Amino acid sequence: MGYQAKFEVWRGDSSGEGSLQHFDVDVEEGEVVLDIVHRLQATQAGDLAVRWNCKAGKCGSCSAEVNGRPRLMCMTRMSTFTEDETITITPLRTFPVIRDLVTDVDFNYVKAREIPSFAPPEDLEPGEYRMTQIDVERSQEFRKCIECYLCQNTCHVVRDHDENKQEFAGPRYLMRVAELDMHPLDVRNRKEDAQEEHGLGFCNITKCCTEVCPEHIKITDNALIPMKERVVDRKYDPLVWLGKKIFKREELEQRDATGKLSLDDAGPENGSPLPADSIGPIGS
Amino acid sequence: MTTTERDHGASPPIAPGRADIKARTLRRDRWWLSPLVNALGLATFVVYATIRSFWGSAYFVSEYRYLSPFYSPCFSASCVPGSSHFGTFLPAFPPWIPLAILSLPFLLGFRLTCYYYRKSYYRAFWSSPPACAVAEPHSKYSGETRFPLILQNAHRYFFYLAFVISVINTYDMIVAFETGIGLGNIILLVNVVGLWLYTASCHSCRHITGGRLKHFSRHPVRYKIWTTVSKLNTRHMLFAWITIGTLILTDLYIMLVASGTISDLRIVN
Amino acid sequence: MAPGTEAAGAAGGTTPDVTHHTYDVLVIGAGGAGLRAAIEARMRGKRVAIISKSLFGKAHTVMAEGGIAASMGNANSRDNWEVHFRDTMRGGKFLNNWRMAELHAKEAPSRVWELETYGALFDRTAEGKISQRNFGGHQFPRLAHVGDRTGLELIRTLQQKIVSLQQEDHARTGDYESDLKVFHEFTVTELIKDGDRVAGAFGYRRPTGEYICFHAAAVVLATGGIGKSFKVTSNSWEYTGDGHALAMRAGATLINMEFVQFHPTGMVWPPSVKGILVTESVRGDGGVLRNSEGKRFMFGYIPEVFKEQYATSEEEGDRWYTDADNNRRPPELLPRDEVARAINNEVKEGRGSPAGGVFLDVSSRMPAETIRKRLPSMYHQFKELADVDITAGPMEVGPTCHYVMGGVEVDPDTAATSVPGLFAAGEVAGGMHGSNRLGGNSLSDLLVFGCRAGAGAAEYLDALPTAPAITTEAVDSALEESERPFTVQGDENAYTLHHELQQTMNDLVGIIRRADEMETALKRLAELTDRIPRVGVVGGRAYNPGWHLALDLRNMLLVSQCIALAALERQESRGGHTRDDYPTMDENWRQQLLALTFAPDAEGLQVKLTHQDQTAMRSDLFDLFEMDELKKYYTGDELGGHRAGQGA
Ligand SMILES: Cc1cc2nc3c(=O)[nH]c(=O)nc-3n(C[C@H](O)[C@H](O)[C@H](O)COP(=O)(O)OP(=O)(O)OC[C@H]3O[C@@H](n4cnc5c(N)ncnc54)[C@H](O)[C@@H]3O)c2cc1C
Ligand code: SF4
Ligand code: SF4
Ligand code: FES
Ligand code: FES
Repeated sequence: MGYQAKFEVWRGDSSGEGSLQHFDVDVEEGEVVLDIVHRLQATQAGDLAVRWNCKAGKCGSCSAEVNGRPRLMCMTRMSTFTEDETITITPLRTFPVIRDLVTDVDFNYVKAREIPSFAPPEDLEPGEYRMTQIDVERSQEFRKCIECYLCQNTCHVVRDHDENKQEFAGPRYLMRVAELDMHPLDVRNRKEDAQEEHGLGFCNITKCCTEVCPEHIKITDNALIPMKERVVDRKYDPLVWLGKKIFKREELEQRDATGKLSLDDAGPENGSPLPADSIGPIGS
Repeated sequence: MTTTERDHGASPPIAPGRADIKARTLRRDRWWLSPLVNALGLATFVVYATIRSFWGSAYFVSEYRYLSPFYSPCFSASCVPGSSHFGTFLPAFPPWIPLAILSLPFLLGFRLTCYYYRKSYYRAFWSSPPACAVAEPHSKYSGETRFPLILQNAHRYFFYLAFVISVINTYDMIVAFETGIGLGNIILLVNVVGLWLYTASCHSCRHITGGRLKHFSRHPVRYKIWTTVSKLNTRHMLFAWITIGTLILTDLYIMLVASGTISDLRIVN
Repeated sequence: MAPGTEAAGAAGGTTPDVTHHTYDVLVIGAGGAGLRAAIEARMRGKRVAIISKSLFGKAHTVMAEGGIAASMGNANSRDNWEVHFRDTMRGGKFLNNWRMAELHAKEAPSRVWELETYGALFDRTAEGKISQRNFGGHQFPRLAHVGDRTGLELIRTLQQKIVSLQQEDHARTGDYESDLKVFHEFTVTELIKDGDRVAGAFGYRRPTGEYICFHAAAVVLATGGIGKSFKVTSNSWEYTGDGHALAMRAGATLINMEFVQFHPTGMVWPPSVKGILVTESVRGDGGVLRNSEGKRFMFGYIPEVFKEQYATSEEEGDRWYTDADNNRRPPELLPRDEVARAINNEVKEGRGSPAGGVFLDVSSRMPAETIRKRLPSMYHQFKELADVDITAGPMEVGPTCHYVMGGVEVDPDTAATSVPGLFAAGEVAGGMHGSNRLGGNSLSDLLVFGCRAGAGAAEYLDALPTAPAITTEAVDSALEESERPFTVQGDENAYTLHHELQQTMNDLVGIIRRADEMETALKRLAELTDRIPRVGVVGGRAYNPGWHLALDLRNMLLVSQCIALAALERQESRGGHTRDDYPTMDENWRQQLLALTFAPDAEGLQVKLTHQDQTAMRSDLFDLFEMDELKKYYTGDELGGHRAGQGA
């Protein structure tokens, strides 16, 4: 192989203003789009901003849009393009630009904080957790997420309607709700919250999140739709409601997760004291 | 998607700070093909099903007891003799009421609220979104958070009813075997198998049978069922289209035979 | 110390465009070690800031694949901390800091179980416990894992624990970030001291180029490794040895820098992915190494010291996977240094694969379905990056720079460095792994010593009489250093210099070393000392990778000099240090540690090397080993303390 490729790379700053800049650049055998961006940095545009880390599809840093398709640059092989094709790279469209291909993804960190954390049974000691493989498998699929935010970027609910960012957590974090709801040892009820706090209802299951997920997580089929069904159990199913009334099958799973632990009572209950070590410090 | 006008082509306004890219999408593949095909497919079915439901004749082959799924169950006194497998406790209908008024709305509801069809028609008919990373033409969007789309949450009840109707269709299919075996029987059989696969692979079914559990390990039987349903569920889209095909084919075949246009190909008897 | 208060711009008239923040504890690094330290310090009532060059949740730890070593005994009940301790010492060829190895082996299980209370979901055994897998050098299946994405699980779990602590703070103070704040995409360029104590750190926000000075009496370094000084590496751009360099410039000592681990199995094709890791679990789960003649060559490379523990025939090796108690393990699972050298040798002698590696095959050993299930991300990685289906054919692999055993010298119990207030944990700390790290021992190291560093920092603060102060001059000089690439009329290009540095280290201080080559390397590195300050950059301060690299270069250079100097000094081969001219292990070198301190001279060499004696192992630990084994590593004089010698 080894040829000259035509690239158009969006360059701009945090005002959002910018334009596509044209480059002719060498391509070697077996390279990915990120390699080419690095070559541009080293040879033609030393200050071209790009975010990356592992270059192996593991960290989810290098998300961008290649020919209009949201992708990881480090996992997009040049051999998927023809040699005379112009390859356009633009930043994620849903988030504000920092510079060039780098966007400000803080929206996602804000949303992550709004999901109440894992709430294990209070009396369960570390080391006593017992879970079977079949019970953890569903949540494990969701924990494959590398937080590349490609789904968050592609979901039309926020991509096309910035104003929905307030009310909608996005597929990645709705999936997090599902993950915890399916966690065999989580005792918090998360169903109503999914609908009322995190905006599950905005999702119209059109599956773009699933389509772009580089980890091939079946976000819509395995997390969002099951979560919608779980919400129906709680909110819209008269049969379940009736059943609960008749059989008094109140769910065991009601507990608030935000514990009362605070800085004011630091100490054994609050912390994880180092296990007492019978052997003294070095030399003694 | 609920309250908006469509304005084709115009690029949406860019929210502050986002990359100022005017194009609606930079995708270069034929992203519009899939919504187009979906729209055509769904439209064909809707048009065909509507026409046939109001047609009011050529839905039953009494000789071989073939009953079109669009007319099952037939409870009205207007039904062709023999087509009412469960009696005719309803009076005669005027011609503008479809004979299967007790099943059609539910079947329609089942498919309308089906998670797969929702995806398909939101994309194909409402461009919400037309394809991934292609801007939708609406200025506001509230998804399934309010009326009317919040009603999509009723899918589960349509599933319960559709389950019953599938049982009825199965009965219709079995009854038809009493007179021997013909191509019509095979078509009915294929259709019923398709309908079951479609119904069993439903997301609500997956949820009810096992998905709602927190601990599979405490319910081994339901876990088994859930695993099977989950496997089918990954092909739900396929079954959705197959059954559109088999429904049309079954009805068409019965119509042609019932109207005498063709005669049934008999295999046994 | 009372929780500090935000003091933006109020620290007494420094240069106007520096923002100031005050915290109790500053944790530099958001990998496993940093996050665990931050959690511990925060739970002990301290106000903590976490700093990371990359986004929160994307630190290098995310790339770890195989698992976390902890002797929970779930897979084999005969496992316990003593066995783990022995394995660790053996793996490090007895050069390890034994106290660290002891603490590590003892506390690893608790640290792993704790992760479950934060929400981690490890793969399970049939009884519902954490499943454990085999790994090179570990006598029993010991690695807690989640498929082959254990690092991701670890970092996500710790990240989510941080979030949960922030939620608690929010419930109490109305502010998520009141007591625990993450500054991500932020690079620390200098530590600042008050007298001999640490007083804070200076750096810039990568997105904007804004300068910030942190005031903190305790600083925990958890910045990871140095791999980016080598060309072929499994490490990412973050691994520029910042923590090593920061600590040195602040007056701390580095030890063991000659020991760099080359992982035996990195990808070798295509060229652009050369170095990317192929996890050891491939071998742990049954994968075998073959040369171009189709031979399982590892059987020919079992070193004398390991003769008893490894299978001598393919049949026995294969039986071991199902019956580990009655068979010895296959030699593919020898410690990494052995396997890496063997591969290197096969290739050198012309029995390599077309792309210059050897073959690693699982396709003939397991059904395709099992491979996809147990090694999902490897399957994925080869499919997408090399277009190779590992369920259908072998992979091509070769050694890649992976981990640095050397690092900042610390007190094992508190992770304190020799600089008061400065702590170090994780890959940046040295000693724990001796001359070679066993797979899976890093993630557990992060948790054990991350936790101890957090606790150590908290205790240090509790005993601190007065808070240190930062002077304007200190801030100004740090600022000037960062600004330099913009102000010099530089004729050097950062990318070119980086390339030269990597090539030098790769070719001359790589997996097999020779005195003359390392001398050349030191000369070239000394030249770079002159050239690096002349690097100029184009563009502004906002997210400018050219500028970032220019600043990182000096750290890489400093660390490279440490490696080359120590490697030249150590005249033996041991673990991650192999000398062509001194091919054998020499027991006289075992208790010698090579310590490096910052001392720039006129010739461009910036480090000073001294010899240091290793503390003798406590007798109860010494007695955990058999005399026969110790004899292979220790000099006769040193063996006196053993129970065998005392008739016990
Ligand atoms: C591909 C791969 C696979 C591995 N697999 C395993 C395995 O299976 N088992 C195992 O035990 N080990 C494994 N390791 C080793 C292990 O992952 C690392 O040693 C470990 O993650 C290091 O963690 P850490 O907390 O020390 O630092 P890291 O996780 O590397 O974090 C370093 C942090 O410091 C920050 N930082 C660095 N410099 C600065 C600065 N100047 N200013 C501000 N912040 C800074 C970085 O941004 C980052 O957040 C693997 C390593 C690699 C590369
Ligand atoms: S399926 Fe739902 S969450 Fe996913 S992209 Fe579509 S609307 Fe967004
Ligand atoms: S769910 Fe998939 S697409 Fe979304 S952030 Fe995670 S890995 Fe990326
Ligand atoms: S760089 Fe880590 S996913 Fe691409
Ligand atoms: S029928 Fe399609 S999801 Fe229920």
